[in-house]
Amino acid sequence: MKEMPAEVESWIGQRLYETEGEFDVERGYIFTTCAAVENGNPLFWDEKAANDITNGFIAPPSMISVWFRPHHWAPNRTERALPLQVHFDLKEALDLPEAVMTDNTIVFGVPVRPGDRLKTWQVLKSVSDPKTTKLGQGRFWVIDVEYENQDGEWVGTESYTGFGYRRES
Amino acid sequence: MADYPVLTAEHVKAGDELPELSVDVTATTVVLGALASRDWRPMHHDYKFATERNGVQDIFVNTPNQAAWFERYLTDWSGPYGRLGRVTFRMKDSVFPEDTMVFRGKVKEVETDDSGCSWAHLELSLSVGEKTVTTCTARMAIPASEGDNPWKRSGDQWKP
Repeated sequence: MKEMPAEVESWIGQRLYETEGEFDVERGYIFTTCAAVENGNPLFWDEKAANDITNGFIAPPSMISVWFRPHHWAPNRTERALPLQVHFDLKEALDLPEAVMTDNTIVFGVPVRPGDRLKTWQVLKSVSDPKTTKLGQGRFWVIDVEYENQDGEWVGTESYTGFGYRRES
Repeated sequence: MADYPVLTAEHVKAGDELPELSVDVTATTVVLGALASRDWRPMHHDYKFATERNGVQDIFVNTPNQAAWFERYLTDWSGPYGRLGRVTFRMKDSVFPEDTMVFRGKVKEVETDDSGCSWAHLELSLSVGEKTVTTCTARMAIPASEGDNPWKRSGDQWKP
């Protein structure tokens, strides 16, 4: 298996692909998400409940990554934008053509509210030594995706464990 | 506070089971969930792509939409004062149209942290028939008693 490139070592712990959401957090998507899963939580539908409990409307916490998924099309865009770019960078740098995500943990901070414009960045936390699983030989890696609001408040962290591998020939 | 259902830590204990939630999945369930989460990838709306390119039996529910289903399942139980602190998912298989998703959950532990916040630790699953498709653990803040509101916590009073 390919040795760990120094370039990959240098990514560990760095703040990578910092970007701002393409649009403000808005209630239309909140309603559509709630409708999709028949979520009647009054925090998203009832202004009095939202005012009483959360000091105004909030977004469902599980929507945290929704605010960063790129539009399917945008004028003047020449390259397709990929969420979790570090994952794809690792596949290429380590010459591991296949990859699966094994675990996804989300930790929630300050509530996200309509009108927020969130910021995100990715941090490569670790890359394992070579491992052999039933999928093939490869390496595990952990990538954290951090989210904060326009006031610099932490709103959440997603942590992905991926396994990049090469199929046994 | 009495205007809305309130589940307090006084009334929750390890071993409590959450009511089952059963959902019949249609193609609309899958497509609506994918578009609501801005996931435009074709395996979540294009039957031919899913079957011919991905080699699966049909379009399938995407991961962010599964997260939304689990959130709904948890807050159906806790009521609006329940505040998610942390969730971990492990996806093992896919959910397709004509499947019936069944969500189940159990309280593993109830604890109070050093800031006085009450936490329920839950073990959840999403099954189709005999097959467990996704497992999930959640750490959810719930009011310690009437009058407490986890949503009012911030800074060092919020330790998810």
